[in-house]
Amino acid sequence: MIAPGPNRSTVERERTGRGGTGTSVSRIDVEHLDKRFDDKPVVKDISFSVPHGELCVLLGPSGCGKSTTLRLIAGLEDPSGGRILIGGQDVTWLPAKDRKIAMVFQSYALFPHLDVSDNILFGLQVRGVPKAEQQQRLQSVAGITGLKDYLARKPGQLSGGQRQRVALARAIVSEQPVCLMDEPLSNLDAKLRNEMRLEIRGLQQRLNMTMVYVTHDQIEAMTMADQVILMNNGVIEQAGAPADLYERPASLFAARFIGAPPMNLFHDRIPGQVLGVRAEHLVPAGPTGNGSDMVVASVEYLGADAMLSVRAVQGEQKDAVFVRVPGSRRAQAGERLALTWDPAHEHHFDAATGRRLEGSGARAEVLTQKH
Amino acid sequence: MTHQPAADSTAFAASAAGPARQSPWQRWSGSVEAWLLLLPSVVLLATFTHIPIVATLIDSFYSTPRPNRPSRFVGLRNYEDMVADPLFWKVMWNNAVYAVGTIPLSIALALAMALFVNDRIPGRGFLRMAYFTPTVLPMIAVANIWLFFYTPDYGLLDQVLRLFGVGATNWLGMQETALGAIITVAVWKEAGFFMIFYLAALQQIPPDLREAAAIEGASRWTFFRRVTWPLLAPVTLFVLVNAIINAFRTVDHILVMTHGGPDNATNVLLLMIYETGFKFWDQGAATALTIVLLAVLSGLALFQFVVASRRVHYQ
Repeated sequence: MIAPGPNRSTVERERTGRGGTGTSVSRIDVEHLDKRFDDKPVVKDISFSVPHGELCVLLGPSGCGKSTTLRLIAGLEDPSGGRILIGGQDVTWLPAKDRKIAMVFQSYALFPHLDVSDNILFGLQVRGVPKAEQQQRLQSVAGITGLKDYLARKPGQLSGGQRQRVALARAIVSEQPVCLMDEPLSNLDAKLRNEMRLEIRGLQQRLNMTMVYVTHDQIEAMTMADQVILMNNGVIEQAGAPADLYERPASLFAARFIGAPPMNLFHDRIPGQVLGVRAEHLVPAGPTGNGSDMVVASVEYLGADAMLSVRAVQGEQKDAVFVRVPGSRRAQAGERLALTWDPAHEHHFDAATGRRLEGSGARAEVLTQKH
Repeated sequence: MTHQPAADSTAFAASAAGPARQSPWQRWSGSVEAWLLLLPSVVLLATFTHIPIVATLIDSFYSTPRPNRPSRFVGLRNYEDMVADPLFWKVMWNNAVYAVGTIPLSIALALAMALFVNDRIPGRGFLRMAYFTPTVLPMIAVANIWLFFYTPDYGLLDQVLRLFGVGATNWLGMQETALGAIITVAVWKEAGFFMIFYLAALQQIPPDLREAAAIEGASRWTFFRRVTWPLLAPVTLFVLVNAIINAFRTVDHILVMTHGGPDNATNVLLLMIYETGFKFWDQGAATALTIVLLAVLSGLALFQFVVASRRVHYQ
């Protein structure tokens, strides 16, 4: 839906021009940020940085503090402690309007009585941008977001996806170097969400925006982010590239939160440790009859592959173990099998703290010999 | 009974799509149902509103019946007498001043109070209640409270003013101050009532609109002018209709406080109708005055709904 035509030029030129003056221009640094509501801490001493032009996703379950963190960066909430820097400037106590940011709200926050063009131009009108420039920027942004035919409509006359585009257009037209997004796709249906994901990522890269994007949807996080910051209970569980979070989860929480299905965890195999193996790394083998055999409880056929839900025939393992097998392997419920895996794919976590343990591969290898 | 929903839907379809293939019986039975549903309201409106209006209009062309002289058709005589009466013009003027004095002031005050108690401030619940209290009081009670405020010398107002060296004033007894004093009471009584509507509407405005505007750099005033005020327009129209009707309808406090005096300085149209009709028993003059009142109100209502509602955004 992004029109790659000549219209995109003005916004893009200005944006890259601005970005070109220095790589730190819209870098975001969050330092030891704290936020309490009535003495109830919601954000606890978190620090992270977003380099200029990168898309950083704040990911986590609801109530983890990710939206509050975004609102602190936006200046919609005052922090209880810590600092926020945008482009090297301390903006911690600056009002929202002076932080050189644009924001897209989960509800879109469109003005219901204004038509699309007035909604998009609201900020420019408030800031007194000359009329001719307003029109030029409006045309350019309307072209980018595919809203050219809807400029005279009121938000109430638009579909959810179109409203989302208006909110996006309003953020883009301000030409601020930083764009904050608060669950922008959560009100759209699945198909539209997939489209908009690609579109927003494309826009962010083309316009060279520094973006902080809040979501609880790990697929959005994994597909869009340069950097994912996984939050839980007001603290950062793990920060890193999507592949880092998937391949080397730093905690049990990260291991369970990232990936569908969540990582399989075995609690009783190693004293003081939790062993984790992802579904696609478990390989079914013929039953051994030695007591550790498993039985297939259910089969979810997905086409390219199938997801087996497997339980122990007898004994301690209560939770189902998920095993991803090729779709061509016609698995049957009730089938007995043994599970094997390459020790290189094992993850070890401290049972007490939940943190990842490194360098315990050798011990694990011995244990897998039992299978 | 089971077929009825189907009959209903075809009736609706027919009315929406014009004449359809439908028997006259079907069309008739559909509309009978509709009429039956409307009947209670129609009966009530007709009995207490429409028929009296028509009767009043007819009566206004007849002379007042006297024991020895029955009422007879006099054409526009009642209206001619009315227009010739200087008291009529004084009362119209008073009513206009009363309307212009109460309506914008009470609406502005209502909006200001609503904006104030809509913010997160300490004691918000108490303030809301305090603002709303005058509405709960009967107008007669309000009038008596204010009678005390206005009492010369030892009334609240004069006691306060004495601190500033101002002498006793007979607020309700002087031509220059009486109408103003009456207007103040009406504003005090009405603003709290209108505030409730504004407050309800303000709470319908999502807070993220304000946040979005703040990020775009809009000041509080800009946000109010560009977003809050337009979004409140339906409420303003509603409140305006009510305020105008009230401006021509309330006489309670005037009756209690001044009885239209001194020298008709606080006499308004409805009070004049009441006195002409039920004190002087001059039916001809009273009906003519009533028709004027109805004409003024329907004219204003028409103006509001036709002209003003075009500029109002309904969600």
